[in-house]
Amino acid sequence: MNAPVVLEASKLARFYSVSRGAFNPAATIRALAEASFTLHAGKTLAVVGESGCGKSTLARLVTMIEEPSEGQLVIGDTDIVTADKAALKKLRSDVQIVFQNPYGSLNPRQRIIDALAEPLVINRKEMSAAERKAAVLDMLQRVGLRPEHANRYPHMFSGGQRQRIAIARALMLRPKILVLDEPVSALDVSVQAQVLNLLVELQESLGLSYLFISHGLSVVRHMADEIIVMYLGRVVERAPREKLFEQPMHPYTQALLSATPMADPERQRDRIRLKGELPSPFNPPSGCAFHPRCPLAFDKCRVDRPELRFHGETEVACWAVERDDRAA
Amino acid sequence: MPLLEISDLTVDFKTGGGQFRAVDGVSLTVDRGEILAIVGESGSGKSVAMLAVMGLLPWTATVTARTLAFDGRDLLTLTPRERRRLVGKDMAMIFQEPMSSLNPCFTVGYQIGESLKVHLGLSKSERRQRAIELLDAVGIPDPERRLSAFPHQLSGGMSQRVMIAIALACRPKLIIADEPTTALDVTIQAQILELLVSLQRETDTGLVLITHDMGVVAETAERVSVHYAGQKIEEQPVAPLFEDPHHPYTAALLAALPERATGKRLPSIPGVVPGQFDRPPACLFEPRCRFATERCRTKAPPRQGAIAGFALCHYPLTHGRPIGHPHPEGREVAA
Repeated sequence: MNAPVVLEASKLARFYSVSRGAFNPAATIRALAEASFTLHAGKTLAVVGESGCGKSTLARLVTMIEEPSEGQLVIGDTDIVTADKAALKKLRSDVQIVFQNPYGSLNPRQRIIDALAEPLVINRKEMSAAERKAAVLDMLQRVGLRPEHANRYPHMFSGGQRQRIAIARALMLRPKILVLDEPVSALDVSVQAQVLNLLVELQESLGLSYLFISHGLSVVRHMADEIIVMYLGRVVERAPREKLFEQPMHPYTQALLSATPMADPERQRDRIRLKGELPSPFNPPSGCAFHPRCPLAFDKCRVDRPELRFHGETEVACWAVERDDRAA
Repeated sequence: MPLLEISDLTVDFKTGGGQFRAVDGVSLTVDRGEILAIVGESGSGKSVAMLAVMGLLPWTATVTARTLAFDGRDLLTLTPRERRRLVGKDMAMIFQEPMSSLNPCFTVGYQIGESLKVHLGLSKSERRQRAIELLDAVGIPDPERRLSAFPHQLSGGMSQRVMIAIALACRPKLIIADEPTTALDVTIQAQILELLVSLQRETDTGLVLITHDMGVVAETAERVSVHYAGQKIEEQPVAPLFEDPHHPYTAALLAALPERATGKRLPSIPGVVPGQFDRPPACLFEPRCRFATERCRTKAPPRQGAIAGFALCHYPLTHGRPIGHPHPEGREVAA
């Protein structure tokens, strides 16, 4: 990938301190640990994982809703950990987010035109009211809504239309990076396709970079250029899209792929069955966090934590993969 | 005789804006040992139809049907007392949200025991024994200890296993699973679906699987009924449905799946499912259909025969081409 880097995270981590009642000491949850990745201009980086894997924490860090506990996050060419207030304020309009639930993310008492103009009122103080209105109407048209929709309230729209409004609002400040936190999981299939098409069009016309967070692999396969797979707060595999789907390396990625139902009754079903459930993040397993559910686990996995290492184009954190590499 | 026979089921709701027809003339049958999937988007009436069978609809709903029979008994004329004896015993339901369907105030063991006590009259020790058996059957490790667990101590996947155990408790003849895995992660979803299917095979029950996920349908169902805006628009065995869908809606729905896409642009269906106030007069899919003609706007579509997948359409598709259509290429519709 030759496109310029717009966002670079290295060893990004976020811990939360959770109180466990009056008689227990507060516990620390590592919601995200040592996530490193880069996002290129005009490309889509997808983050895949099940609940509790830290993908939403990642979205909160990238959008600067929260500060990282450790590690570095460079957006454009500013490091957000050391940046001063003015620089951060400027950066915030470069990174915007679209949330999963379009029913909850729009204020029911605000007309669409006000919701869309609000970011301009706050961040573009030099704009006149007429200019703001023109900008809102232009954006509505871009996301496939009509000008008369501007004076309506959120409850008058369907789920797909509301998600279009949420996307329009995120784009009002012309961000460079758009974080999409499960943007289509609350939508029906026929509407989902409309919204995905819109996202593809907008990326092409505005040169946006997407950080696409999802648990649905088929959507990711359609949208992403590069994919990172996370498990219990850590990145376990990072690969270009074709590579990940054709040759998944990490046993968790393989299990995830084989567990995803495909709309093809003829497909061979040699499903990799994962035993058990996601371990509690209070008390993550020793060594590799995936070892209690892993079909390939051996002694070393229980003791040492594997680091991400390159195997061809794919970066993967797994002792079994490494052992096979050495044997080959 | 089929286990469950529904013909011409219609459910109307009284709403502030007048009558709303949620289910419109649906006919279905389910046999013993069979898995029928009901697919549709939100607002297709798939859950409401099954809630009507279970008798779980609120008083605002009016249920009418030509036949609504379960195991030879007419469900329409059942007294509430008779219905209570049937529901939960011979007919059981699994809901979408396992976390909110279990009562947070009682232990798992008590909630499983409840139906055993009411329907089968088992003693306390027999109930305990059977509950352990059931938890073991649904793959919960250490079942004896889990009996005294409260729902909040269980994960989503475990709660859904408990729900399945409760549904299975009285060895029902029919299980209705309403989006049983929608709230769960993919790896857990795979476990739960596998469990449901293997238990269904073992006990030879009929299983109705309500879902919106075409992937789940392809991997679990034997027969599929596709619903749209309250109507059943197509019914086929699973393999031919994915191979050669006959209703334009089914075809468009399958084409809109990202995993079946060939290019970067998905062939999406324009518009949205009609609501209470914008119901088209004839064919309900007509405003979104790329093959719609004047006839579709004025005349309600006929039910086609088995060879055309019982499609509710004037011009059912065969390998993507509408039969008897004046312009078989269809019109281009803007997304």
